[in-house]
Amino acid sequence: MQDVQRQLPLERKSTSSRFDVTKILNIDLPIMLIVLMLTVYGSVVLYSASGKDLDLLFRQFKFYLLGYVVMVFSANIPINWYARWSPLLYSVGVLLLFAVFFFGDGAKGAQRWLKIGDFRFQPSELIKLVLPMFVGLYLSKQILPPRLPNLVLCLLVILVPTILILLQPDLGTSILVFSSSAFVLFMAGIGWWYVSGAFVSLALGSIPLWLYVLKDYQKQRILTLLDPESDKLGAGWNIIQSKTAIGSGGWSGKGWLAGTQSQLDFLPESQTDFIIAVLAEEFGLRGVLILLILYLFLILRGLWIAFHAESSFGRLLAGGIAMTFFIYVFVNMGMVAGLLPVVGVPLPLFSLGGTSVVTLLFSIGILMAVGGDKRVFGK
Amino acid sequence: MLIRKDNQLKDTQREVFVFERRVFILIALVSISLFSIAVRYFNLQITEYELYRTASDRNRVHLQPIVANRGLIYDRNGVLLADNKPFYSLVIVPELSVDLAGTLRRVKDLIELSDTDESAFLQRLKRRVPYEAVPLRLRLSESEIAILAVHQHELPGVQVDARLARYYPKGSLFSHSLGYVGRISEEETRKLDQVSYRGAFFIGKVGIENQYESVLRGQVGYQNTETDAHGRVLRSLERVDPKAGKNLTLHLDSSLQEVAEKAMGNQRGALVAIDPLSGGILALVSLPTYDGNRFVEGISQKEFSKIRESKDGPLFNRAVQGQYPPGSTIKPAIGLAGLEAGLINADTEVADPGWYKLPGEDRLYRDWTLRIRGTGHAPRVNLEMAIAESCDVYFYDLARRLTIDGINNFVGQFGLGSRTGIDIPGEANGILPSAKWKLNTLGGPWFPGETLIVGIGQGYTLASPIQLANFAAIIATRGRRFVPNLVHFIGDERVFPKELTSVAAEDESWDLIHNAMLQVVHGERGSARTMSSNLKYMVAGKTGTAQVIGVAQGEFYDEDAVADRHRNHGLFIAFAPAEAPTIALAVIIENGGSSQVALPVAKAVIDSWLDEENKG
Repeated sequence: MQDVQRQLPLERKSTSSRFDVTKILNIDLPIMLIVLMLTVYGSVVLYSASGKDLDLLFRQFKFYLLGYVVMVFSANIPINWYARWSPLLYSVGVLLLFAVFFFGDGAKGAQRWLKIGDFRFQPSELIKLVLPMFVGLYLSKQILPPRLPNLVLCLLVILVPTILILLQPDLGTSILVFSSSAFVLFMAGIGWWYVSGAFVSLALGSIPLWLYVLKDYQKQRILTLLDPESDKLGAGWNIIQSKTAIGSGGWSGKGWLAGTQSQLDFLPESQTDFIIAVLAEEFGLRGVLILLILYLFLILRGLWIAFHAESSFGRLLAGGIAMTFFIYVFVNMGMVAGLLPVVGVPLPLFSLGGTSVVTLLFSIGILMAVGGDKRVFGK
Repeated sequence: MLIRKDNQLKDTQREVFVFERRVFILIALVSISLFSIAVRYFNLQITEYELYRTASDRNRVHLQPIVANRGLIYDRNGVLLADNKPFYSLVIVPELSVDLAGTLRRVKDLIELSDTDESAFLQRLKRRVPYEAVPLRLRLSESEIAILAVHQHELPGVQVDARLARYYPKGSLFSHSLGYVGRISEEETRKLDQVSYRGAFFIGKVGIENQYESVLRGQVGYQNTETDAHGRVLRSLERVDPKAGKNLTLHLDSSLQEVAEKAMGNQRGALVAIDPLSGGILALVSLPTYDGNRFVEGISQKEFSKIRESKDGPLFNRAVQGQYPPGSTIKPAIGLAGLEAGLINADTEVADPGWYKLPGEDRLYRDWTLRIRGTGHAPRVNLEMAIAESCDVYFYDLARRLTIDGINNFVGQFGLGSRTGIDIPGEANGILPSAKWKLNTLGGPWFPGETLIVGIGQGYTLASPIQLANFAAIIATRGRRFVPNLVHFIGDERVFPKELTSVAAEDESWDLIHNAMLQVVHGERGSARTMSSNLKYMVAGKTGTAQVIGVAQGEFYDEDAVADRHRNHGLFIAFAPAEAPTIALAVIIENGGSSQVALPVAKAVIDSWLDEENKG
């Protein structure tokens, strides 16, 4: 019966209007609307967070624009193409991560950048996109749920880049990369025994992680979470200030451009990772809930696309992308509110930052490509 | 491929079923997680609203760091070597400045600002907590303070900050051991631990100031001050006092240091004096020197370049970074190696025609007497005579029999060729060559002729004055070896000397070496006999001359003919009183011509030390 339902959209295709731009460009209208709202909302908050810096806002606009172009482009690439190229892209990404490990360019005691001439590039951004794709491809070739040997291979594919990113050290991105692929595995239907086993080994694995891998500043952030007052001048400062900003916003906020915490520079990183605190202070809980609902719709729409995708690869790919957004939102909003340790994860499509905006919109485009697959490239 | 063998087909329907079930679970997970985020924001913004609202209002309450006073540094007798004295600098609180760029321009019109002042200010500006004052210009003069006071109304946010800063009362006397503090540079700003250096202007750059930075620095405190909307301080609310840095007491003796520096006069060189029973450094001289106060005050780029590029290298710490061929000062160790290896005894004699030849080679290895006397020291030379008169031929022969690896193994125990571990940064390694060393660093095989030259402390061999002084101290204590150290007490806590593995040798061997070294000073033909007049105690020593340029085969070194900077370095190591040593030292005079120039310096220092001891 399910198969019959799957055929229905195909029928619809022939009856739809020929001049519908969204159809021609293969744009998913609900997602497009949500993303537009998010970027407009983000610009409004960013203008305030930057201290009315129009130059900065224009730079961000350029990235939004570039991102939209990239999105339309990626939405029109057949998903078979992603399937075909993901092994190569994955290998290149991992090689580049090794390159960063050996020749990387450091900032703040961390090596994340690869510098070629004047061009600086973060290979972890590529891996963020490609890893769930590659894992999805691998799993889609197997009989699902996957058997143990395939599972082990899969874990290896996930853990190599994760550990390389962790060693940079970039805890935030490694969590992101790892968990988005873990969700792909979960959707592929790995047994509950494996899932619970993973949680246990994750808990055990965090002991050597704490002892040997985490840098002092990362440990400090986790300890600060438990007692921010213990380190008033240092790491605790950020959390105390962001909680004060959020809490003092109340239900309706202090008004746009009127947040004392943000405008008086008490809030650290207010344009990037902590931008939600500016929103919460100036627009109050109302503003936060609107944002949360936008994100919720975006994620649910992504999962809906996954649910209706034609191929096994498409299902896993779309599901992975949707869950990536979820992790971004959850970790960022949780850390700024003092629920989770401070790791460098931006608020998607909101935080200042060119690369992150463009890659996120690229993956939104892929989501649309999967959504259009049954209509355009379905078989 | 693996799967196909299981005779299982891809069951698409089941796959889809599983996937859809999992997606439902994920939808639940996403909803619950985002809901709990919403609950968290609800708690902060609604339930605890009042709390944070007040906190936000009170954020006109500012946390200001209070810098701890830097620990003082004393010599062994309590003479103050590093003090803190009041110091005025110009700081800006950016929040209070309406137009920061304009204010900067106006300040520039009024007082002198260098480019480094401005770039350091801008760098610092990026890393601070709100309402933290950022230093722009250090060391304001009285007249500049007056000018700023007059124009105060035009310069919102500009303040004159009074605080304590380093002052070295003895000027340049201890610069090479104490080092100095200076303004935190842009590069350091990026690397430093942000919390400990909140509000701090200075950091130890070299020497003890750098090595003991974490001890001297103390712990930053803070105070909460309530300000009005313009940032004017209304009252202090909460104050956590800073913890002052710990004081250091050194082994150094201020008067001994003065005597040593005076005795060296205008000559370039170094002197290190050590207490052989603790490794405590009593005097550390490196000349020429510089005044550390210039760096604290904020030295101009021009002035700094002038000092740095000076041909005499005043910033170069010869005592620990300088590397010189030890020359004949190494002979006591080579002799001891021979005795311990059973190759020689007190009576072993070597024929000395003034030169030495390796069997089957034509090359002549000359003794320094050949040029002056046209012959050797005596027809036959024994160990005591060879050390006392510094006979090269005897040691050419002994070195050949010991082989390079034999020398390296034994002499290495005296710490030559490796860092002594003195507690100031930047120490040089020195070189004690071996066949393996040559292969690894220069490539190529070791030649027997090279062994001969190592036997008289030339060739590849290099040692720093601190290594040589430590070497003298090890001989003085018959093999006990300590890590040389400057700091005696940190606060009230004693820093105990670290003792390393002793150099093991027979008592009779030590007796022989000690006697021979006594003959160097007190013997009729001893190479340091000029020192012995009016000595009230016994001194054991060894002279040395280090070649700066190579002398070609068949030529002689002619002191008058070579340029000043190519003249030989004069070296002397000694310990006294010989029967129960309380001081061991090494002196090196660069381009002094011969070791004779080092003798009066050593004598003055030992005199001063033993006189002082007798008085005390």
